Parts: sequence; structure tokens; C-alpha cells
Amino acid sequence: MDWIQNLGRNTIERFTAIGRATFMLIGAIVAKPNLVKGFPLFVQQVYVIGVLSLVIIVVSGLFIGMVLALQGYTVLVDYGAEDSLGQMVSLSLLRELGPVVTALLFAGRAGSALTAEIGLMKATEQLTSLEMMAVDPLRRVVAPRFWAGVFSMPILAILFSSVGLLGGHLVGVEWLGVDHGSFWSIMQASVQFEGDILNGIIKSFVFAIVVTWIAIFRGYDAIPTSEGISQATTQTVVQSSLAVLGLDFVLTALMFGG
Amino acid sequence: MISKKVELLVGFFVALGIAALMFLALNVASSGMSGSGETYNLYAKFQNIGGLKVRSSIKVGGVVIGRVEEIKLDTEDYAPVAKLAIDAKYNNFPDTSSLSILTSGLLGEQYLGLEPGFIDETVGILGEGDFIEDTKSALVLEELIGQFLFSQGNE
Repeated sequence: MDWIQNLGRNTIERFTAIGRATFMLIGAIVAKPNLVKGFPLFVQQVYVIGVLSLVIIVVSGLFIGMVLALQGYTVLVDYGAEDSLGQMVSLSLLRELGPVVTALLFAGRAGSALTAEIGLMKATEQLTSLEMMAVDPLRRVVAPRFWAGVFSMPILAILFSSVGLLGGHLVGVEWLGVDHGSFWSIMQASVQFEGDILNGIIKSFVFAIVVTWIAIFRGYDAIPTSEGISQATTQTVVQSSLAVLGLDFVLTALMFGG
Repeated sequence: MISKKVELLVGFFVALGIAALMFLALNVASSGMSGSGETYNLYAKFQNIGGLKVRSSIKVGGVVIGRVEEIKLDTEDYAPVAKLAIDAKYNNFPDTSSLSILTSGLLGEQYLGLEPGFIDETVGILGEGDFIEDTKSALVLEELIGQFLFSQGNE
């Protein structure tokens, strides 16, 4: 009997959490935006979330592009097809690795910080004080962070793919001696703007919504103690990573599967 | 309020994103990058270009000397014409030179192999805008198999 009761409690908790998360999101984004007051807050958050994530994204992109080129070359050279290296590197980066790895790094770098920040605001009762002063914390604290995350991640993913391509060029062409013209011409012949680049951007846009939403909700819903915040931060990284990987399969099946 | 530095960095971030998108759109998804250095153009008419592409390389004895710049169809006899951009350093090929479409490796990319011809007093030198007359078309596997089967049937 006990375990059935546990099951029921867990199910109800999960669904009410989803409900609370949805209400929080609706409260944050549906409210009438105040552009004059809201825009500086948004810019500040783009700086914290986007600009400060730039270094990790660029460095990882460079190394992932380089590793892809190196590994791809060792396989392709057996078939005399090393000229197709550019195609392999560009398609894997634009379709999959760019959006997915960016989302995972973003969850670790910016998502955890968002959760901890909002969780600590709650623990030190700053959110309650805001409400006391008749300032809606959803609009003042949550909304700018959400929009900044959704805005920043696609840019970061585009940068990741571009830097990765340059890394692949560096290893493939400059080091391993793949012909410069074939590298780019086969890439250009096989990459389509709508099919590959735009779909990659749509993917990273979806990931941005999911990761930022989870990060903000975990902070907003955290138990206001130090253990609660540490738990919430862990949950953010775990849940958003799983959500990104699962959604990636669904999106890939929708975009490239049929 | 937010400082000038933050605004500047955010502007820089957005500009960087736009620049990267332009790079992907222009450089990765379509052509646009041209080769470096001085080149001159030659033309060659083929019966069949097979898998030759714009920016495929042109080699003499395995050394890359230029790129295919444009491929179009001659509307009079419906034969493909390739416009070649050859490095200006290599500017004294005789007009008896021949051009063939070759494949690097079994599955590799197709490229143009230029075979320099003989030189005597009556032979001119290829210059800007000249046609290379002696061309060999790409080998199309299906045609080869067809010819093979045909010759087997005759025996």
C-alpha cells in the first residue's frame, strides 16, 4: 500500500510542479512589457548570460571542430574521400553539435548560475521584499532573464558552429593537407541555408526556451535553504541536459527524418 | 543603471552573432570565396562533365594550378563548357595541350588533368580566353558497363 501512496504523491508533485512552472512562465512573459524600464534589465542579463558565456563556447567550438576534422580524416582517408571532410564537419556542426553542445554548456555555465541567483534571492527574501514594494518579481527578475537566455543561446550556437568550422579548416586544410578548394566547395555544395543552418537555429531556439525555463523555475521554486539551493542547481543541470538530449532526437526526427 | 561597458560588450556580442551568421550563410552555404592571386581564363568544351563542380581543381602532374570557375551549357550544340581560372604563373601551355576529367581515388572528387602538349614553330601558346580543343570527357560508369556488355555480346 505504501508504495502506491508514494507513487501517487510523486505523480501529483510532478504535475503540480509543471503547473506552477507554466504559471510562472505565463506570468513572466504575458504581462504587458514595459520597454523603457525592461530593456536595460534585458541588456544587463544578455551581458551576464550571453557575453560571459562567450569564452567557453568559442573555446569548446574550436576544439570540437578540430577533433571532428582529425577523427573524420582518419576514417575518410582510407576511402580516398578526405576531400569530403568539409561536408562532414559542417553538417555535424550545423545540424547537431552546434545546438546541442551549446545548450549543454549553456545549462552548465548560465543555467546553474540563474538557478543559484534566483534561489538565493528567494532564500534571503528579496523576492518577498519586492512584492512588499508592489514590484512584481516575475516581471522584474524572471522575465528579463528568460528573454535574455532565449535571445543569447541561438547567437552562441551560431558562433559555436562558425568557430568549429574554422577549427576544422585549421586541422583539415592547414595541418592534414586536405585541398583547400575541395574542402570548401564540397561543403558549399552540400550545405543548404534553409535545410541545415536555419533548422540548426530553430533547434537552438527551442533548447534555449527549455533550458532557461527549467533554470529559472528551479530557482524560483527552490526550498529557501542552502541545501535547497544546491539541490535546485543540480536539478537544473541534470533536467535541462536530459531535456535537451531528448528533444534533440524528436527535433532531428521531425526535421531530417522524414 | 547599466554601465557603458556592459552596453558596449552586448553590442559587440550581437554584432559577432550577426557576423557569424553572415559567414555561415555566404561562405558555407554557397559560393563566393574566390582564389587568391592573379589568374587568367581558359575555356574547354566537353561532351560530358560527369561530377565536375565549380571550384574543382585543375592539376598538371598532380600539382594544382587552377580552379574551375564556371560551368555552363553551350546553347548551340548543348555541350557543357567549363571556364577555367589558371594561376598566372603558369602561362605558357601550348595549344596542343589536352584536358581530361579524372577522379582522385575510387570514390573521390573529380578534377581536371591538364597534359601539356608538344611545342614547335607552328604551335601557339594558350592565352586569356582561348579554348582547349583536345578534351576527354568524364568516364561514366554506366556507359562503360554498357560498352563492355555490348562487346561481350558480339563475340
